[in-house]
Parts: sequence; C-alpha cells; structure tokens
Amino acid sequence: MYNFPDNTGHFGQFGGVYMAETLIPAVEELTAQYLRFKDDPEFKAELAYELKHYVGRPSPVYHAKRLSEHLGGAQIYLKREDLNHTGAHKINSAMGQALLAKRMGKKRVIAETGAGMHGVATATVAARFGMECIVYMGAEDIQRQAPNVFRMKLLGAKVVPVESGSKTLKDACNEAIRDWVTNVEDTFYIFGTAAGPHPYPMMVRDFQSIIGKEAKVQMPEMIGRQPDAVIACVGGGSNAIGLFHPYIEVPEVQIIGVEAGGYGIASGKHAAPLTANAKVGVLHGNRVNLMQDEDGQIIETHSISAGLDYPGVGPEHCLLNEIGRAQYVASNDDEAIAAFDALCRFEGIIPALESSHALAHAMKIAPGMDKDKVLLVNLSGRGDKDMNTVARIKGITL
Amino acid sequence: MSRIDITFAKLKQHNRKALIPFITAGDPSPEQTVPLLHALVAAGADVLELGVPFSDPMADGPTIQRASERALKKGVTLRSVLALVAEFRKQDANTPVVLMGYGNPIEAMGWDVFAQRCADVGVDGVLTVDFPPEESHDAFEHLQRHNIAPIFLLAPTTNEARIQQVAKLARGYVYYVSLKGVTGSGSIDLSAIEEKMPQLRKHIKLPIGVGFGIRDAVTAKAVAKLCDGVVVGSRIVQEIEDSTAQNVVENVGRLVKELRQAI
Ligand SMILES: Cc1ncc(COP(=O)(O)O)c(C=O)c1O
Repeated sequence: MYNFPDNTGHFGQFGGVYMAETLIPAVEELTAQYLRFKDDPEFKAELAYELKHYVGRPSPVYHAKRLSEHLGGAQIYLKREDLNHTGAHKINSAMGQALLAKRMGKKRVIAETGAGMHGVATATVAARFGMECIVYMGAEDIQRQAPNVFRMKLLGAKVVPVESGSKTLKDACNEAIRDWVTNVEDTFYIFGTAAGPHPYPMMVRDFQSIIGKEAKVQMPEMIGRQPDAVIACVGGGSNAIGLFHPYIEVPEVQIIGVEAGGYGIASGKHAAPLTANAKVGVLHGNRVNLMQDEDGQIIETHSISAGLDYPGVGPEHCLLNEIGRAQYVASNDDEAIAAFDALCRFEGIIPALESSHALAHAMKIAPGMDKDKVLLVNLSGRGDKDMNTVARIKGITL
Repeated sequence: MSRIDITFAKLKQHNRKALIPFITAGDPSPEQTVPLLHALVAAGADVLELGVPFSDPMADGPTIQRASERALKKGVTLRSVLALVAEFRKQDANTPVVLMGYGNPIEAMGWDVFAQRCADVGVDGVLTVDFPPEESHDAFEHLQRHNIAPIFLLAPTTNEARIQQVAKLARGYVYYVSLKGVTGSGSIDLSAIEEKMPQLRKHIKLPIGVGFGIRDAVTAKAVAKLCDGVVVGSRIVQEIEDSTAQNVVENVGRLVKELRQAI
C-alpha cells in the first residue's frame, strides 16, 4: 500500500525537515496540531461548511467538447478549480490552514506568493477570520501580476516586495521564512504549495486532495468510468498532488505532471526540475529534485507563468517520478500561450497561464489518441491575473 | 585534542572568553579573505567562523545576504572556500576555523569528499544552518571519520529534549542563537539569555558561544559574562561593506580589537 510520508516526514529519500533550529519546535508543534485536528469531527465539519458555502465547492467537471472536436482525438475534460472563490485551487489549502491557525490561537498569518493566487487566497481567509496578513512577493512578480497585488491590498493584506535574488517565488519564500523565524510565537505560515518542511507537503496535499476525491465521484457520473489520464501543471505541485493523490492506487489511470518548459529544456531557461532530471538537493526545508549549478547554488529559473517559476518541486512528486507512478513532462512558454488562446476561443474560458501548461500537454497528446479516450485536466485557476503578461506577449498595451 | 578543544581549554585556564568573529569567504573579494582572517587573529580572535556563500541564505538578514551576493558575484564556491582555508593554514597552524553555511553546496560536493577536503585543508568544525540533527546522519558519519566537529545551533525556542539530543552529538562548542530572528536583527535580551543558560549547561558540557545581535563592545562584554564565547557576525560584515579595498583589513582589525578589549 502506498502510504507516504513516513512519520518523520520523508517520502522515500525526499522531503524531511531541513530548517534552522529556531523553527524546528514551530514545525513540530504544527505537525502535532495538524495530526490532532485533521480527523476531528468538528474541524472537518467546519472545513466542509466553508468549502461548500464560501469557496463554492464542489467545483464542476466540464467536457470541453468543441476543443476536443477540434483536436480530433481524446476527449478533454476540465476540473474547474478556476470557478472557486478567488479563482484558483489555492483557497482549498489556505482555508484549511486558516482554520488550523485559528485553533492554534495565531492571529497573524504570512504567505509567499508567485502568481499572487495564493497571496489572494491567504488575504481572503485572513479577512474572513479577522487575522493580520502579510504576503511576500518577488518584485518581478509584483510587476507581472499587478491585478493580484491590488486585490490583496483591497482585502487588507500588506504586500511586501522582495528585491533579493531573482525577485521571484523562491526569494519570496526565503523572506517569508525570515519573517517566520522572527515572529514564530504569534505567526502561522500559510504555505502555498505541497513542498517545504514536513508537515506542509502532507498537510497541503490533504487539503488539496478534495480535487481528486470529487473528480473520482464526478467522472463515473459523467462517463461511467474513471478517465484514462489525469493531467495537472506542477509548480511546487499542490494542484497536481490534489488531483493525483486519490488516483495513485487506481492503476488504470495514468498520471501526468506538466512542468514549465520556459524557452525549452535544452535552453536551460525553464522551471522543470523533474523533466530535466535535476540533481537532488535541499532548499526551503525539504530534499527534492532541484535546479542548481555544479557548486550547489540554486539557479534562476524562467517561466512565463509566475506560479510555475520555481527551481524545486514538492517531495511527493519527486517520489512519484522516481517510482514511475507518474510521468513528468514540460510545456514551453509558447505552447502554454497557444493553449491559453485555444481555450478562450473554443470554450469561452480564460485559463491561468499555469493551468495552460497542463492543457497544452493534453492538446499535444489528444490528437494521437482514440476519440473514446478521456483526459481530465486540472484547470487550476482562471486567467484574469495574466492579462498584462498576455497583452505584452501579443504586443498590445492595455 | 582538536584545535577547538585546545583553544577553549587554554582560554579557560586564563579565565578568558572566546571571541568568535564571522566573515563571509570571498567578501569583499577572494584575495582579501586570507589577509582578513590573519587580521582577525592579530586583533584577538580565538576561533574563526567563515561563511560559505549560498544563493538562498534563508537564516540571514540583509547584511550577510549582501555579503553572500558579493562573494557569489566574484565566483566564490565551496571549492574555493576550502582553498582559501588551505592558504590561511600556511601561516596559521593553531587558530580553529569553522565553516558556516547551508547544506546544499555540501550536498552537491558530497559529504564524503567534503569531509576529506576539510581534513586536508585544516577546517576544524562545520555548522550547517539548515541541517538539524534529525537530518544529519550522513553528514555526521563523514565529519566524524575525519575528526571534524559538527557545530550546532540552539535557539530560545529549543526545548529540553532537543538540548539533550544536541548535547550527545555536538563537538567543539555549541552556538546559542540569542534571539528569534535572522542574523543581524534586533537587539538581544540579556536577561533571557541568563535565564536560558542553566538549562543549557545542565546538558551541555561543551563551551557555549552566544551570537546573533551582538553589535558593539558593551553588548559583547555583557554577553561574555554569561557564556564561554561571543560570536560577532553582521557588525563585522557591515564594517567590510562600509570600507574600501585599501582600508578594509585595518578597519576590521580595529573593530575586533575593541571587541577583544571589552570582553
Ligand atoms: C492557477 C495556479 N495554478 C498552479 C499554480 C502552481 O502551484 P502548484 O504547483 O502548487 O499548484 C499556481 C501558483 O501560483 C496557480 O496560481
């Protein structure tokens, strides 16, 4: 039976708790509290209520018929996480963590964000529960995701620009960790993806698994069986593991994670550690496949999508890759843009650039498959936040 | 006996406290690191902490982050830091050198190769900020084989069980982080250190150094009274940043002399 992580937070050789001593007791406390509440009937009921009435779950599954017809092969179905309150899957986990923070008596929450969707989700739940909220965001991402910065501010959060390093997600993460170590007593770090020190990869996965659990019920209702493959984009890996995890022990369902290929794997300018077979290393509290130079310095990544622009990947994906239960591939910037355009035109849905990477891969393989095959793509978020980026690429000034 | 043990034994004999300055290797340039290390010793440093620059120094405040960035821009790598220690050892056979940094550059080299190289060039201890004891089995095995001391951090948040665990594994000395925060932040709370000391001493028989937030001679003196050594990092790195290539060695020497006289 597949049962990870072990009780020290390891997924095989991956994961763990690689943190400075000051934070170790905080991480241990978080693990203890999470394990205490996760099966608590009252906690579960409150989370279920919030997900239903506030987030708007369950999110529907939608058959993208016109797009599928156009491609002329496998049928593409979309799990519509873009329809959640705040427009992405991030709120599934932000809500769970906020309810835990409440029970732990923490009145101040912090978060890192890349695309800004996790920042918005965190600002939202902080407003919902009356907590102080600080969001760290790379200066470059503040530029490319400006609408989300404004949303966070409207929601009462303080957005702190991070000027160090590559000024993107990994640097925002460094800065959030620095805040946490300084304010460890009263602060809950609402982490945005299924990575970081234990218990985050497990806890974020558990909260996001609602995606796959719903799909597992919805697909048989719609097509009388499970899909042939489930496909999701992988930044840190939270929307992907949320869809994948309930399918791990369903062997007839293929699992495909799609990383950001940037300018192409061969160019070196990408954010696809698994596809590029990056060496195992340690960053942000966990041991994972990590984009680094031969001296162990983390290298700057590139992706058109801020939410995938990260040199590492969550430990459970590293394990699924190693044991061959999931396959990891990459979609390049231009392929993601083409998929973005196609979904707008054929289905009237504007997807997030992150999700467009997953869709791009489905569009790549669908034409070569029979028409009765079914691909379920996680549409992790909506694309409103990406208007500036897409306009710039098309040479349009808004 | 190791160089660290000998150093602390001598200090104890003379009823003195250790002064442990920190600089980042390769800051402001690799050429100046060895002269700076000698200047630190001449000014009265007892143990030298040499930072290995890393692209993502999560436990460091802005001052040491900038030092790391300056060093990386000059092409400094773990390999070249080891070469700098070898260079330093040509003229100084006695002062202990402790490398301080993050785990990934060491992982990339491999702990076996790293430990061997440390022994070859004369490194005495290694402090890996983001590797707690639970994740350090591999590291210990290799460091121990070559008689390199694993140096551990303890924090105000560390509970008694963890203090005991570190007491079993640590060699050389133990580094108590005097405040919750990153390097160079805030001002330290002397009474909190004083309160924590008996709990630390109960389990830790090694010398205890205290650092983070020690910015001047007055604080250094007050902290030294409570422990066996004071670690000064950001203040010295700041002095390096504020100096020119011509006067950096002199300025750092003067600053460390002041600290030495105070404690
Ligand atoms: C819509 C959307 N999808 C995907 C991601 C990538 O994160 P993860 O891999 O954790 O799902 C993000 C991150 O910002 C996002 O906003």
